[in-house]
Amino acid sequence: MALFSRSPIAPLEYSRTLWMRLWVGAVMLFLYAPLIVLMIFSFNDSKRNVVWRGFTLKYYDKALNNDALIEALVNSLTIAALATIFSLILGAVAAVMLWRFRFPFKGAVDGTISLPIIVPEICMGVAFLMFFAKGLHWPTDLVWPLNLGAITIAHITFCFPFVTMVVRSRLASFNREQEEAAKDLGAGEWQMFRDVLIPHMRPALVAGALLSFTLSLDDFVITYFTSGPETITFPVKVYSMLRFSVTPEVNAASTILIILTVALTAIALKLQGVKAIAETH
Amino acid sequence: MAEQDWKANKRVFAAVSLPTLLWTLVFFVVPMAIVWFYSFGQNAGLNEIHVSGTLDNYKRATEWLYLGIFGKSFAVAALVTLICLIVGFPVAMAITFASEKWRPWLLLGIMLPFWTNLLVRTYALMILLGQQGYANKGLGALWGGASWVKTLVGLQPLPTWEPVPLLFNNFAVVFGLVYVHLPFMVLPLYAALDRLDRSLIEASLDLGAGHFRTILRIVVPLAAPGIVAGVMITLIPALGAYLTPDLMGGTDSQMIANVIERQFKKANDWPFGSALSFILIYAMFILIALQSMRRKAPEAS
Repeated sequence: MALFSRSPIAPLEYSRTLWMRLWVGAVMLFLYAPLIVLMIFSFNDSKRNVVWRGFTLKYYDKALNNDALIEALVNSLTIAALATIFSLILGAVAAVMLWRFRFPFKGAVDGTISLPIIVPEICMGVAFLMFFAKGLHWPTDLVWPLNLGAITIAHITFCFPFVTMVVRSRLASFNREQEEAAKDLGAGEWQMFRDVLIPHMRPALVAGALLSFTLSLDDFVITYFTSGPETITFPVKVYSMLRFSVTPEVNAASTILIILTVALTAIALKLQGVKAIAETH
Repeated sequence: MAEQDWKANKRVFAAVSLPTLLWTLVFFVVPMAIVWFYSFGQNAGLNEIHVSGTLDNYKRATEWLYLGIFGKSFAVAALVTLICLIVGFPVAMAITFASEKWRPWLLLGIMLPFWTNLLVRTYALMILLGQQGYANKGLGALWGGASWVKTLVGLQPLPTWEPVPLLFNNFAVVFGLVYVHLPFMVLPLYAALDRLDRSLIEASLDLGAGHFRTILRIVVPLAAPGIVAGVMITLIPALGAYLTPDLMGGTDSQMIANVIERQFKKANDWPFGSALSFILIYAMFILIALQSMRRKAPEAS
């Protein structure tokens, strides 16, 4: 461990000075302690999150047998998967448009596409509520998963600008001569897109997919305004459980979700390596 | 090869532009426009809204009650941003100057909570801050220790520890928002510090400035764009925060998003809620305009 190494600390090695270490350690404790406590208490044999009364898995059993909760989780994962696929397509295509072409009102188009990133969630939620109530009536009695259409549309709308942002910054490093080389070698537009541009965009696409999936899975506010009584997502369900009765089932369900997030991150790390993932943000 | 003119390759341009343009138009511009139109309307009957072009909703938003809530939301968001900046800056410095081996893992450590569900994180914090949670127990233990020290030196012991309310008040809202938004601040700060030319810091240290002075006079001015970006990225979501004040706040810690939500759910006054939403959006635009003006100013001079 470097903590006890004897080589003298160079002036710029701020991260090796003691107070810096304490500070970073304290911040990490601040960020992780609540999550770890939550995970520990999900195994606690007590109704309240206060004292440790022994190990149990019964709240996992309860959570996994809670049909409404499982349905909500399945809904959330389905919406996240659909939103990711559509966001990747829309986002990547928009990035190519903004990167490759010069066209009238480009600034306005660019601004409008990135607007969903800065418009507050609550305002987007309100807008979708009014849109689906007064503009486009999305029938709620459709078969699953079509009944999730309204929420999915909302999620795609706030996810794809993030994909555009990530892909665009990746395209900036594309050497346009490669494109010309491909053309000289007889590639058509589609072939060039598929064989030259997509491989170059790949790390950004993986990062964008991860970002969309987590943003969609995470979203509460916008979904809260677009979901009906029949279409509950996991965060909306947990929210109502929290509001009306704190049950240890929520601890168990939350732990499952945390583990899911960590697993997703691990997969992304395996695909891209820790450096590439860290650099996309 | 520079950017291509769209007329040179109309078919490809249509293929890459139409899907997104249509989507943005139908599912973003139209919904926002509906909110904008309804903000000039009034309730007529239970489910009917009459768009009459009235400015009453905006007039009502300037009542002291709502101005107070806007002011409070700004104050809370600004305080949260300031705390995040103070807490996050040393962390970003530590990540920047960490060894090659450690840096990605530290970054991941900051990013993992950012990927974890917001509701789960808020709930986890609520467990910790509850009346009998560990935060209170820890404070109680410190209090007991202080009391013990006092008796040791022959003074009266402190009165017995009463759990302090850490939840359902303004403190909880600020604490919760800092907890949620800290990664938003650290990542852009790191991005800016990482681009910094290190020889400038070395030069400053060689010329006799202390570490603290170097950071204040060299690092901070050079990292200013990143600091501004971090401030904006933290301030904007904090200003529109809904979940944290809703779950962790008390009756007096409402922020603007909670008031907007109430107009659409309980109060059922959609036109007024629309007006408040657009005021919030305008506030964001002003903040962003201020930032871009600040960014352009040094280039001009």
